[in-house]
Order: sequence, then structure tokens, then C-alpha cells
Amino acid sequence: MSEVIPRDSTARALGVALLVAFICGLLVSVVAVELRPIQKANIEAERIAQLELVLDALSDIGRVQSIDSLEARIVELTSGQFDDSIDPATFDAERAVRRSTSSVAIPADLDLAGLKRRAKHAQVYLVNDANRRIELIILPVSGRGYQSTLRAWLVLDGGTQTVRALKFYQHGETPGVGARIEEPEWEAQWRDLSAYDDAGVLRIGVRSQAGYSDDAEFQVDGISGATRTMQGVDGMLRFWLGEFGFANFLQRIREEQL
Amino acid sequence: MQNNNWKILTRPLIDDNPLTLQILGICSALAVTTSLDTALLMSLVVVCVLALGSASVSLIRKFIPHTIRIIVQITIIATLVIVVDQVLQAYAFELSKRLSVFVGLIITNCIVLGRAESYAMHNGFVASTLDGIGNGLGYSLILVIVGAIREFFGKGSLLNVQILIPQSQGGSFEPLQLMLLPPSAFFIIGGIIWFIRRRRPQQVESAEFSLRQLEDSAK
Repeated sequence: MSEVIPRDSTARALGVALLVAFICGLLVSVVAVELRPIQKANIEAERIAQLELVLDALSDIGRVQSIDSLEARIVELTSGQFDDSIDPATFDAERAVRRSTSSVAIPADLDLAGLKRRAKHAQVYLVNDANRRIELIILPVSGRGYQSTLRAWLVLDGGTQTVRALKFYQHGETPGVGARIEEPEWEAQWRDLSAYDDAGVLRIGVRSQAGYSDDAEFQVDGISGATRTMQGVDGMLRFWLGEFGFANFLQRIREEQL
Repeated sequence: MQNNNWKILTRPLIDDNPLTLQILGICSALAVTTSLDTALLMSLVVVCVLALGSASVSLIRKFIPHTIRIIVQITIIATLVIVVDQVLQAYAFELSKRLSVFVGLIITNCIVLGRAESYAMHNGFVASTLDGIGNGLGYSLILVIVGAIREFFGKGSLLNVQILIPQSQGGSFEPLQLMLLPPSAFFIIGGIIWFIRRRRPQQVESAEFSLRQLEDSAK
């Protein structure tokens, strides 16, 4: 080969570059596709493990809870109704978002979480007390952070007014800065935080965001240096508790509880 | 020949250690050595990437045009790192989360590119592979020492097995918080470099600049 085409010719450089790129690209693709199912199973296990951690931390409320005592339900988000035609065990939220038939575009002015689309349905967990009254509502929430999508469990009390916990189970934020959303000290701030004021206006957020009163009752301290992550967390909560998120579902729960 | 191969493999351990003599790869050495298990996993990954990287570059060294050699090397290294990262995410999920971005950052670890460019481009397959493994082990040696020291004094444990009982649990050991922060790795690596150069004075570099002696103008 080296006799036919001179070693430092442009043709040779292009050829070698293309060949190396092709082989390397093929290798990466094959590995990524082949390992995808195992990685997905890992992430799913992590999701459940984090939920169990949340329940452990909240075990002082009501009876001892395990993941099996949770009631998994599918909610149709626009109407806020339970939709029992979908089996929670087979519902795949990430796939639902990708398909145009099972998701809707979020109007730009409402897209506080930067998600662009959301699934028509969501899987929620309910924790009931002995009298079949709802004690805790566990909602999956997600939003755009600094350089990754933040995914978390948002736990509300049965009255839907108070946040009991916010637990991130998947993100790719900067270690030591944005990634501190995982730290117990920061997470603890979400415990028993009112989400709405007396007039029913959604007030929850992260302090130091422009346009908010510095009313400590509804806000947590931000993490310094992680401005974009904090904006993500703030927008994520306001989106998922807002009208395009779970607002209708929570409204219905409130009415049913009366 | 046998003797020569052995030398290629063992020289980077102390005599030509990439971390303590060439001062390369310091960034990841600070980041992943808070505990011994992450240091060990990172070591394993770097040894694999270095060995495979040097081997593949050496195999195709005669075909690589001089003008694009660096980008070809980087492509091969990046491919290996992505593959290893994907494998870790599938089979060592917990540890890969703790190593986070630092597996991906092996691509920019100067040791890997350094060995490919300075050694594998000019030497045969066997020698290059051994050189890659040797340099990986040299890096690992320091990583494991630093990781062990930091975990032992920072948490009182080794490989997550509690050896000293901290005061908070009724023992008499006060964990050194500093050990869990990146600067402590600087101090430890600095100490190791000092120790090695005390024993091997030939590693001591001559000063690049000497202090200018000011003429004594004051009386």
C-alpha cells in the first residue's frame, strides 16, 4: 500500500482517516446498542432504590412503608383522571415521551422545565392510610438542568399542599457543584415545605431567583455556583405542579378528599 | 529479549513513573482517590485503555500518515474510553456513578496520548503493549497508595471495611476531613515524589532558573 500511495499524500490521509473513523464508530455503536438493555435495567433499579430511600426517610409519617405497599396508578395529565386502561407495570414513561401518539408538545410559554414534550400519561404512586385516605402522593418529575436532564421523585402529602421530599435519582450535573442536589443536607430543606400560599397560588421555588419574594416559607436555599442547576430545579417544580403538569390531578385529589 | 521486555514493563513503576517523574495525569489522580475502591477501578480502566491504545496505535503505525497522526491516536483512545465507560455503566453501575465524568476524561489523560505518540508510534506491537501496561501500572501504583492513605485517614476504613471506629460511633478516631478533599492528594503525591527522589537522586531535576543574587547595595 505504501508504495502505491505516498505516505503523506492527501488521498492517503483521507483514506486512513475515513477507515479509522468507520471502524471506531462501528465499535462504539455496537457496544452502545448491545449494552443498552443492561444499562436501562440499572437505571430502573436505581430509580426504585431512590424511592425506597425516600420512603425510609419518611417512615415517621404513618405506618412502615415498603415499595410493595405503594399503589401504582396511571394518570391522564390533561383531565387529571386515573386511567386504568394502561398497566403501570408495563408503562414506560421515556418511550411514551418519544412517541408522537402518546405525548404532546408543551407550549413554549409554559415550558418552564425545558422539556419540549411530555407524555400524556404519568405513573404516580399513592400511599394510603388504614382508612383508605391518601397519605402521600409520589410524582415523577423531570427538567432540564445545566448539562443534563434532572429526574426526581416529588413527594406531596395527601392534602397536596405540602412537599414532603424531593429526591433526585438521575442527573449528570457537575460533580461538587450541581451534583450537590443529591446531598442529604440540601434535600432535607424540602421536608414539609408549603407549595402554595393561602390564596392557592403556586409559590414553591429556589431562593435567589429573580421575580420571587424572599418568602422562606415556600423556598429553599440555592446552591452557590450551581445557578443553572437551581434554575432547572425551580422551573421543573413550577412546571410539574403547574397547569400543564399535575395541577389538574392534584385539584381532583383535593376535591375527592373533601 | 526476555530481560528487555521485563524492563519495559517495570521501568514505569518507579524509575520512569508517569505520575511522579513526568507529572502527568494529576487531575484524575486528585479526583478518584478519595477511597480505595474507586482508585482501583480507575486503575483497572486506565491500564486497559493504555494497553489497548498503545497496542492498536502500534499495529497501524506504519499506515498512519504523519500529518494526521495525533487525531488518529485520539480517535482510537476516545473509542476505547467510550467502550470501557459503556461497559462500566452496564456491569459496575454503582462505581461508575462515583467515577462520574472521570472515566470520560481519560481521553484527555496525557499519559495515554503521551505513550501512543512517544512510544507506540515507533515501537513494535509487543513492546508497545508492555509499555502501555507498565505505564498503567505505574499510574495505578500511585493511585492505590494515595487512595489507601486518603480512605484510611479520611474515613478510618479500607475498601469500605471499617478499621478505626470514628468518635461519632463511640470510638477514638477523629476522621481527617482534609483527606477527603482534593488538596490532600496534592500533599500525598508531593510526599511520594519527594520520597522517590530522595532514594533516586538521579530523578531530581536541575533548577531551570536560579535566584538572581542582588548586589548588596544596602550597607
